[in-house]
Amino acid sequence: MNKITEDFLKIVSDWKGDFKGAFNIREDSQCVGRQSSEHIKITSKEDGPGLVIHIDPNTAGETVYIPACVTHSNVDDLVYNDFYVGENADVVIVAGCGVHADGEEDARHNGIHRFFLQKGSHVLYKEKHVASGSGTGLRRIDPITDIVLEEDAVMEMDTVQIKGVDRTTRKTTATLAARARLIIHERLMTDGEEQALTDFTVDLNGEDSGVDLISRSVAKGHSHQEYHSCIRGNNRCSGHSECDAILVGSGTVNAAPELFAGHIDAALIHEAAIGKIAGEQIVKLRTLGLTEEQAEEKIIEGFLKG
Amino acid sequence: MLTLKNIAWSLPEKDQILNGIDLTVHTGKLTVVTGPNGGGKTSLAKLIAGLETPTAGHILLDGEDITALDMTQRAQKGIGYAFQQPVRFKGLTVRDLLELSAGGPLAHQKVCSILGQVGLCTQDYIDREVNASLSGGEIKRIEIATILARKNLRLSVFDEPEAGIDLWSFSGLIDAFQTLKEQTSAAMLIISHQERILEIADEIVVIANGKVRMAGPKEEVLPRLLADEKESRCPLNKEAACNE
Repeated sequence: MNKITEDFLKIVSDWKGDFKGAFNIREDSQCVGRQSSEHIKITSKEDGPGLVIHIDPNTAGETVYIPACVTHSNVDDLVYNDFYVGENADVVIVAGCGVHADGEEDARHNGIHRFFLQKGSHVLYKEKHVASGSGTGLRRIDPITDIVLEEDAVMEMDTVQIKGVDRTTRKTTATLAARARLIIHERLMTDGEEQALTDFTVDLNGEDSGVDLISRSVAKGHSHQEYHSCIRGNNRCSGHSECDAILVGSGTVNAAPELFAGHIDAALIHEAAIGKIAGEQIVKLRTLGLTEEQAEEKIIEGFLKG
Repeated sequence: MLTLKNIAWSLPEKDQILNGIDLTVHTGKLTVVTGPNGGGKTSLAKLIAGLETPTAGHILLDGEDITALDMTQRAQKGIGYAFQQPVRFKGLTVRDLLELSAGGPLAHQKVCSILGQVGLCTQDYIDREVNASLSGGEIKRIEIATILARKNLRLSVFDEPEAGIDLWSFSGLIDAFQTLKEQTSAAMLIISHQERILEIADEIVVIANGKVRMAGPKEEVLPRLLADEKESRCPLNKEAACNE
């Protein structure tokens, strides 16, 4: 494992020299470390690049780390990871990604993650993305996340793009059975000429299933963001989507939320707000002694933290 | 001590909002500014905090002319300002706001003490976002708490702190100001219409139509105000002010 990977792991996976429990570290398309635990088995896919992660039923209190790093230009990493979470398991999955490019060629990680949560299971899925390097090649991270929730399963997805990613296309699809719940918190920061596309599609098929989708983003510099969400209520269900974006400088955001109610008892809500930082917020913090720049920084920091 | 000397302020191409204001807020004393709506009280508070700049006159803090300082510099000099209509922040929690106000991390016990003074339970509020989910009364109390969290305050200005606070909480608010008055060595200025706040003042200043109509110790000013009200006279010689 090289130094760039180590640095990325500290940022995206809270790595402090080692991982406790199950993990797999991917560096430039190669596995550079793997460990299974008694209840979480990690094996290589037989039909292509990637992993199969089996989490036993009733596993509780364990965390599995699946970080992936690209540490130089001219790497186009594609990986398929499948997570099978047994009935009533309750685990944390950390799948951060860092991409570094110092050369003229692009560096890209494309992680296709599929989650199959069996009845009554609960997963907290944490995903942090960051990129670094001064090369002219683009740093790209293009995650695809497919989620299947059986009855009473709950998945919380906390996904963050910190900085430096030139291009990203983030696609998430989910299908929910009865009483299943999906909670997604997305936080996204773009700057310079960066571009980000986010696309969520959630099918609420089961009775009393529900989704809460909250996206907060900041578009700085000349960056551009596209946000699309589609919640389809195909049964008695509840869906809420909230998209808030702050514009700084010449950043632009296009938000296109979509709701489809295919059942008389589908209760779907969307909220969206895009705009610059409210002047009164800056004024309030300045009356506490902050400069205008410090106030702006604190407001953005808080906004993306929330 | 805050001293205003011949302060005037007007909006571009608008009537004069404030004119010839002379005022002193003494260190360790509570001065309450009252008067009819639209008389210029909030404008005065904004001028003191640096949100607006006077068109004439001088503002002195302990003898130092701070007229040219902006709101950040005045805050750094020790002026605290609680907004009449508090600002909401998506993402910033009550703790975040109090720590920004204090200029650094606050111990949990300190946060408890501050929120307790404004009648809020720390457990329920410390991690709450200061956003639209808070009621008008809750956000008002948090706004006051941001002033209580300030360190090295030399002057605190509260613009109608009672607005939006229910009657039950109002008693707590009076207690909070009373305690603050007893504990602080700073000057305090409250803009208020409330008799119970006037009652805890050391000095009362009445402003109407942009001018100081009456000023002096509470014992002198309050009886005159109450007498005006009892006799249904327009208070504070308002008719004269209105006719100007």
